[in-house]
Amino acid sequence: MTDEAGIVTETPDSEIPVLEARNLVKHFPVRRGWALRGAKVHAVEDVSIALRRGTVTAVVGESGSGKSTLARLLARRASLTGGELLWEGGAAPSSGRGYAREVQLVLQDPFASLNPVHGLRYILGRPLKIHGTADGQAMDAAIKALLERVALTPSDQFIEKMPHELSGGQRQRVAIARALAVRPQVLLADEPVSMLDVSIRLGVLNLLADLRDRERLAILYVTHDLASARYLADTIAVMYAGRVVESGPAVTVADSPQHPYTQLLLSAVPDPDRDGAPRLTGAGSPPSLIHPPAGCRFHPRCPFAMAKCKVETPPAISVGDGHTSSCWLHENNENAQASPAADTAGAA
Amino acid sequence: MSALNDPVLEISGLSVDYGFGPNAVHAVADASLTLRRGEVLGLAGESGSGKSTLAYAVTRLLREPGVITSGSAVFHGAEGAQDLFDLDADGIRALRWSQISVVFQSAMNSLNPVLTVGVQLTDVLRAHSKELGRGERRERAAELLDMVGITADRLRSYPHELSGGMRQRVMIAMALALEPRVLIMDEPTTALDVVTQREILQELGELRERLGFAVLFITHDLSLLVELADTIAVMYAGRIVEHAPAEQLFRNPRHPYTEGLLGSFPALHGERKAMTGIPGSPPDLRHLPPGCPFHPRCGHAMDACSTQVPELLPIHWEPTEPRRASCLLHADGYQAPESLKKTTLRTEEIGSTL
Repeated sequence: MTDEAGIVTETPDSEIPVLEARNLVKHFPVRRGWALRGAKVHAVEDVSIALRRGTVTAVVGESGSGKSTLARLLARRASLTGGELLWEGGAAPSSGRGYAREVQLVLQDPFASLNPVHGLRYILGRPLKIHGTADGQAMDAAIKALLERVALTPSDQFIEKMPHELSGGQRQRVAIARALAVRPQVLLADEPVSMLDVSIRLGVLNLLADLRDRERLAILYVTHDLASARYLADTIAVMYAGRVVESGPAVTVADSPQHPYTQLLLSAVPDPDRDGAPRLTGAGSPPSLIHPPAGCRFHPRCPFAMAKCKVETPPAISVGDGHTSSCWLHENNENAQASPAADTAGAA
Repeated sequence: MSALNDPVLEISGLSVDYGFGPNAVHAVADASLTLRRGEVLGLAGESGSGKSTLAYAVTRLLREPGVITSGSAVFHGAEGAQDLFDLDADGIRALRWSQISVVFQSAMNSLNPVLTVGVQLTDVLRAHSKELGRGERRERAAELLDMVGITADRLRSYPHELSGGMRQRVMIAMALALEPRVLIMDEPTTALDVVTQREILQELGELRERLGFAVLFITHDLSLLVELADTIAVMYAGRIVEHAPAEQLFRNPRHPYTEGLLGSFPALHGERKAMTGIPGSPPDLRHLPPGCPFHPRCGHAMDACSTQVPELLPIHWEPTEPRRASCLLHADGYQAPESLKKTTLRTEEIGSTL
């Protein structure tokens, strides 16, 4: 899915992902309570995801689905319990500045992520200095160029400002500019707009789209908002209780979801265009990740659950072009668009 | 069924300031709204638009330095009409909870962590309906939990044993314990996941059908309100800029801000197209622009917009429609752009009233 029709043919770089995660696992030890001694939170389990140049990959999930942990693992801000990270097909550097220069993380809350006692010149100057990108005379020019890249103009006024003088949207732009300072190839954005006012969210989303198209960045967009993922992303991966349950082209996943969880999520999202009240296809809340259910982690809530679902974890099964769903319902009709949505759901 | 259209809460000319004198911030300016029996009135706005301040003022829960500078909030109860702003401390206490109750966004964190849910629910009943005995209170508490879809054995649970959604349900049960006529909900589901949000909203809808209370639902999520509310009021910089039946507001917005806000929610269907949102940022209430507070961000702004503060009035070219907007474009002598003149839906077709 390349937006610029003219240069589709000369993009072999879309073949090899810039950053690829294979079978990532992250377990956090539980530190409190004698009854849980030795217990682990199974936050991320066997997740594979590929970030390609010039594309936005969205990770959609509810709170506790492991989507932010995944972003932290990709940024190497948390150690891996299992799995591996590949950089352009080879082993990724284990940590340190070299990795940080290529992969940058933008956090959710721009009110907390900028130091309130420093001005923008200092905030944006730090990464330039630490990574030796610019110094001395060139510093101010480099900072202004950064501000212009995130459309904070006139930059010679913004460079003098303090964070408290900026609105939420402007702060988030500064946070993105700070991430761009080291000229990374991968930008990981963890819920970058959910703290912002509705009317300025699109501005930040459009900025990310712009960075993808103009600078060919590989962007991971972590969100709980399926509609914004459909708007911005090229690919969507839906996470539930630490696993990716469905992934595929953004519009396909949002318009014809195949996994029962994605269908539940979609039926719950506010949608003014919907006729009448929606019918929720399932109920309940996500499981405890200390003792996640065996088999498919969604089976206790799934209206289509079968005996097999309680025992065996479903693999990602292809349900269309580049579209996979981890659900046993698709097992026997691999070519056809398996449709658990059919209302002959006797298994409920 | 004229009773259905009777107002239960009439807010008129409400202004709220934070602070005094020249430094006062006008958080709510001249807001007028009517909530009718059994209706869901949605109040939409971004942070700082004054929507929560309005709720606090109406329930007289406003803290220092907030001051109600003018206006009235008339509540039509069983004993006739009363202006909430005229009541003394005892008078307002008698009305709160029994007639008007409130659920706040952080409500689920306002349960006492060291008392069980059952104790907290029966506390409400003990304070307000003294005729109930201990056993009856217990029974009623179980009934209330059942009403919001929680089994009665949870009466023994402490708040930390419940999920966020369940705690919010307990708060709703508590708010409804005395069968109030008006329920004010300030961002009640914002902190919850969408599936939980949907479940709670569905339960709320069923309860409203059964108990017939009216809801003032405050949120920043306009797309949610379009589904949920009967009528919607949109606030910007302390003012109500548009007020219309939900479906009409969604299909045919009249105020440029409403139009921009609706255009800020990416769609779940159809072709993907680039959207722009609204340029600029919400204004600083301490330094409001002169004239219409929205004019610096408005694509249709005219010269007059920077000098004249528009009033919330019926649309002059469709005076019979039950809707109001505060925009000069719709005033006599000006020409509104086509996008703000759509008439795909008329009141006769949907039969709603404001």
